[in-house]
Amino acid sequence: MDAVVDISKSDTRFLRTLDRELGASDLSKCFQCGVCVASCPVREIEETFNPRRIMKLAKLGLKDIVLRSDFIWLCSMCFMCHERCPQNVRPPDVMTVLRNIAAKEGIAPPNLMKLVDVLAENGRVYPLDDFTEDERDDRGLPKVETQPDFVMKIAGAGK
Amino acid sequence: MRYALFLGCTIPARQMNYEQSARAVAKALSIDLVDLDFGCCGFPIEPVDEVKALSMAAVNLKKGEEEGLDIVTLCSACGEMLAKAEEVLGKDESMAKSVNGVLSKQLGAEYGGERPRVVHFARMLYEDLGPEKIKGLVKRPLQGLRVATHPGCHYVRPSTLSGGFDDPEFPHSLDELVEATGAKAVDYIGKEDCCGGGILAVREDVAKAMTRKKLETLSGKVDAMVLICPFCGIMYDRYQKLMAAEMEKGFGVPVLYYPQLLGLALGIDPEELGFDINSVSVDGVLEKVGV
Repeated sequence: MDAVVDISKSDTRFLRTLDRELGASDLSKCFQCGVCVASCPVREIEETFNPRRIMKLAKLGLKDIVLRSDFIWLCSMCFMCHERCPQNVRPPDVMTVLRNIAAKEGIAPPNLMKLVDVLAENGRVYPLDDFTEDERDDRGLPKVETQPDFVMKIAGAGK
Repeated sequence: MRYALFLGCTIPARQMNYEQSARAVAKALSIDLVDLDFGCCGFPIEPVDEVKALSMAAVNLKKGEEEGLDIVTLCSACGEMLAKAEEVLGKDESMAKSVNGVLSKQLGAEYGGERPRVVHFARMLYEDLGPEKIKGLVKRPLQGLRVATHPGCHYVRPSTLSGGFDDPEFPHSLDELVEATGAKAVDYIGKEDCCGGGILAVREDVAKAMTRKKLETLSGKVDAMVLICPFCGIMYDRYQKLMAAEMEKGFGVPVLYYPQLLGLALGIDPEELGFDINSVSVDGVLEKVGV
């Protein structure tokens, strides 16, 4: 991400969508203290990952930069920043909202998008195939619903 | 004590040692675990479709409520997702409307605000049975065993959902459960750190580096690591083995699910605790406790 951004690209529709979707998160109250960055276990490994910057860019309504950033997918959802944020921004919740908007625009990682199709087809992330069922049987584990119908129907909605 | 057991997707297919040991331990403790026709909690698709994710969670909540049972989860992420659905659907009217739109169209039924109690298996042992009672039931005290607990993220965080039953920064309930077995729960730097499993599908290199960090801290310092989430298990156990294959010398940190450890202390035959599935050898642990 560039150090300088053009705030004339601020997208008011995007800001309205964010405002509507954010629920209990107070993104507007973020005062850039950086406790999220200091608490982030991903940041410790990947120094370019910067949740504070994502909060700022989202707050500025810079939709394209935020949504096209690989960084919104890097949060591991450990919720440590959620615990420590003094302004109730709830950065993980903001990430989820941003990810959902990106997914609607078709710019989510394909392997994450594929999970919806996997659930629509199999009802499970990992199929309970014959081999697995046999092993469960050998271990004295009970039969469980192989392909939960409600999961397939919900995952398949709108397809 | 009677609960509806929520297995999720990963455990019944990929981490049967967790399920096997949890069922064996429950039986030994006279805890009834009832299997309902639950399905995916929704967590895996939350990043790309929160409405569908919450819809799945809502159906599961209804199923628990209909049976009049508390839901006990083995996976920390499943537990968090179900608790989140109760919270969000109770407070966020527009989200509840979207979810009910999906549910009525796809299933002809709506979420009616069902809020069964949802607890993690470890929390159930901690709150409903308690470490003292467990201590009294131990037949084979695991004296001399040094254990590092990995509580993981979703077991205690966000505290806005877990209700503050344990400290979100310095959780101690799992340590107390470990000490009830006679083993020593050691403290270490980075205990509250994330396993990295949440971003395995996006950046495997970063996820593995997060896992490696804790394994480096613990290597040679403890007899075992104890955890309570299948994602953490996959990272610290399976990925430890994969990473060790690329190293001169591995980390040598056996990784046990808490019910496997408790099962040993309750005198359950190790064969019934699924140790054959563990990737990193647990022979050292079994030898040390004398089985």
